[in-house]
Amino acid sequence: MPGADGLVPSFVATPSSTAEVSALLREAAAAGLAVVPRGAGTGLAWGAPPSRCDLVVDLRSMDQVVEHEAGDLVARVQAGATIGQLAAAFGSGSGSGQQLALDVPAEATVGGVVATGTAGPRRFRYGAPRDLLIGITVVRADGVVAQAGGKVVKNVAGYDLGKLFAGSQGTLGVITEVAFRLHPLPAAVAWVTAEFGPAERAGAVTAVAAAAGSPLVPSAVELDWPGGSQRPLRIGVLLEGTGPGVAERSRQMSELLAAPGGITSIAETAPARWGVLPSSVTVVRVSFWVSSLGPVLDAVAAAGADTGVRPAVSGPAGAGALYACLDPGTADEDAVRFMTALRERVAGALESGGPRGGVTVLTAPPAVLAACRDGTVPGLALMRAVKDQFDPDHRMFPGRFGGGG
Amino acid sequence: MATIQALVPRMRDICGAGNVIIDPLELRTYECDGLTSHRCVPALVVLPGSAAEVAEVVALCARAGVPFVARGSGTGLSGGALPHESGVLIVMSRMRAIVEIDPVSRRAVVEPGVTNLAVSKAAAPFGLFYAPDPSSQVVCSVGGNVAENSGGAHCLKNGFTVHHVTGLEIVTPSGELTWLGDGTGVTTGYDLLGAFTGSEGTLGIVTKIVVKLMPVPEVVHLLLVAYSSTAEGGRAVSDIIAAGVLPAAIEMMDALAIEAAEEAVHCNYPAGAGAVLLVELDGPAAEVEAELSTVRALCEAAGATEIQAADDPAERAGIWAGRKSAFAAVGRISPAYIVQDGVVPRTSLGAVLARIAELSAEAGIRVANVFHAGDGNLHPLVLYDDSVPGQAEAAEKVSGAILDACLEHGGSITGEHGVGVDKSRYMPRMFGADDLDTMQLVRCAFDPAGLCNPGKIFPTPRLCGEVPGHRRAPHPAVVAGQAEIFLHGYRTGLGSRGPPGARRRLPVAHRWYCRRRGAGS
Repeated sequence: MPGADGLVPSFVATPSSTAEVSALLREAAAAGLAVVPRGAGTGLAWGAPPSRCDLVVDLRSMDQVVEHEAGDLVARVQAGATIGQLAAAFGSGSGSGQQLALDVPAEATVGGVVATGTAGPRRFRYGAPRDLLIGITVVRADGVVAQAGGKVVKNVAGYDLGKLFAGSQGTLGVITEVAFRLHPLPAAVAWVTAEFGPAERAGAVTAVAAAAGSPLVPSAVELDWPGGSQRPLRIGVLLEGTGPGVAERSRQMSELLAAPGGITSIAETAPARWGVLPSSVTVVRVSFWVSSLGPVLDAVAAAGADTGVRPAVSGPAGAGALYACLDPGTADEDAVRFMTALRERVAGALESGGPRGGVTVLTAPPAVLAACRDGTVPGLALMRAVKDQFDPDHRMFPGRFGGGG
Repeated sequence: MATIQALVPRMRDICGAGNVIIDPLELRTYECDGLTSHRCVPALVVLPGSAAEVAEVVALCARAGVPFVARGSGTGLSGGALPHESGVLIVMSRMRAIVEIDPVSRRAVVEPGVTNLAVSKAAAPFGLFYAPDPSSQVVCSVGGNVAENSGGAHCLKNGFTVHHVTGLEIVTPSGELTWLGDGTGVTTGYDLLGAFTGSEGTLGIVTKIVVKLMPVPEVVHLLLVAYSSTAEGGRAVSDIIAAGVLPAAIEMMDALAIEAAEEAVHCNYPAGAGAVLLVELDGPAAEVEAELSTVRALCEAAGATEIQAADDPAERAGIWAGRKSAFAAVGRISPAYIVQDGVVPRTSLGAVLARIAELSAEAGIRVANVFHAGDGNLHPLVLYDDSVPGQAEAAEKVSGAILDACLEHGGSITGEHGVGVDKSRYMPRMFGADDLDTMQLVRCAFDPAGLCNPGKIFPTPRLCGEVPGHRRAPHPAVVAGQAEIFLHGYRTGLGSRGPPGARRRLPVAHRWYCRRRGAGS
């Protein structure tokens, strides 16, 4: 099914160039068609489903690596190229030894990754797609093609439209080409893990802050808590660098994590469940300042206890974010009750005086999403104004933009 | 003007009588920022003391239809804070509180008038620092850094302001206070925080900033490497990047820039060098030692004539002084000069430097090159004598041709100084009409009335009575044959080029440096 979430589109187009996407969107504008852009579909089902879908623009035919200059550590690629293709073009087997420093599925397209703003554990060090994006080509809802940024890593000419389109989920226009800043692949990697018993939650919290604030330059600081106050917590820290350097830093990191009571181990392969969510049916993101990690974990546990829902919690805690995944069997009304309780508890846990994070439902069954819309996102009125400027008729992925329309 | 005068009593109510400036002589001190060739005396200057006051000031301007411009420390090099002749200049220098430092979260909350270096100083007791480090960091404000998306020598490894800001409290151009971003660095909805950062004060005024702090690196090593030419230095840069080493900074200076720096600060760079390379490595001790020997070997292989290593802070500061003084130092070897800011892909550095040498020889205008070699950001200093008729124009021509050379190699017209008023006329060389039109959509979402720092960045003509912004059809005046659009022309329609001698005045940032030297420290 090439459409999305049960809606059958009237048309599915597979353009092979930006010019073709432009022509398609001009036609769609003239006919008033609702447009849903898609890549490999790995993130398509995340978030609210489209309320209308007349034309699906499938970008997988635009899969060229347009330019890769190894000495510049920059690549320009079409939106339909997959992450796996990039790895083949300039990864370890290619002689370049470079990478797009995002932990995302190999089958995902770069356009999809940018549009959804997806990053994995290494978000801690390298950031999200918006941080690695240096240039973008988009086609607007009215078919006009626009570029911003360029192919140099340092550039402040004009508004950074790339930031706006990264994470916009296809609601502002269609991304057709992007330029990324690349990083050298490290010669060596190691994971230092620390297990904390159910009664040692405070120790785990201390360990996350110690790892994240250490000058040992971790690439990721993850927390994994399979759920329920009776389960142990695991901290995972990824270190990248030279062979001897990583060995020494792993030893030092292990000491750091053992100090608050962690049972540590060092491995050259990723621990189980690394960067993988246990379920993608209902996922809630909690963001926070790291100094509030303890109260946030307490809030999750309390919201679970209040409602009888037991979420699995994992994510880049060192970067101030965690994902709570509900069991796929959770009834809609239980999920809504949990979300409501979590929002209240987290709001109480985060200090006021300015935004310190919050709770965002990333994906859930439509009824749950509809019941959990958040009208308190900072800058929502300006977001609506941006949406109205770029897509005045609200035809781009209608229903997905959280601000309505 | 009548409108502005009518606002004065209300402005005094909002900010306090002492914080509203109407005296013509005092107003004149705000006529330019660090780019002294553009001057414009504002109609009114106000110095609000809080976010609420800024919101009231802006709301008042919005209701009266009066343009307003925000200004931080006035160190910008593109005229981004150039006042509007019939507008209000909102000076943020009274808002300089460091509101909060949370060492565990590695976050600080600061007001926009706080200087860049003050953040790092406040974070230092916790073993943390604020990474963006523009050369003017002693005086430039964090609010200004947000407006310009400032970088600095160390952004090669650590990124720019946009990578270190996780929340902004802003006053929208209609006068409303709102937050962008949730303070953590995670984005919900559109990344307005990212779009706002670097918008050069055209989308609103920042009143509070949440920044990331980073752990101070365990070790820092600085190598000063001499070469007989910039070509050899350039090869070393490529080899270092190709080897997978990401230094904290890689800077290069050519012979003329070395001569100027030597004369100004006696930095003891190797005598007779055709180029010097500064390579700084930082990070965990366990990694940096290995990187240091790799970099040293690559520098030698590229033909280094001398390598000096500096490990302690005082030695490093001595070497950095030569680089950081370079802009101001050329004032000693030339009566006047233009500071250019362009970017090329790293691999085109050699070709573009050769082109600059050609342009310089053809025009008989000397060019000193100081640049962030690691990220391809060139700062050619175009030297001329304004007492010689025609030299200012010739220098201007060379300066513009350098930007063309950058664009021909796939680069940018500005890497960190911004577009401001100075380069708006170059925007159509880098972007097409549709690109610029699309950027205007963002402007229209934030500032439909076009009152917030109007006339900056975009080369749109300022027609009488026009509300700048996005248009779906040609301007009515154009259709009626009453006006012509200079989209690809050279008119900015704003301010005026001052007399050529104006360039001799050192920008504020560099005046500080001279004072410090004068004090003997």
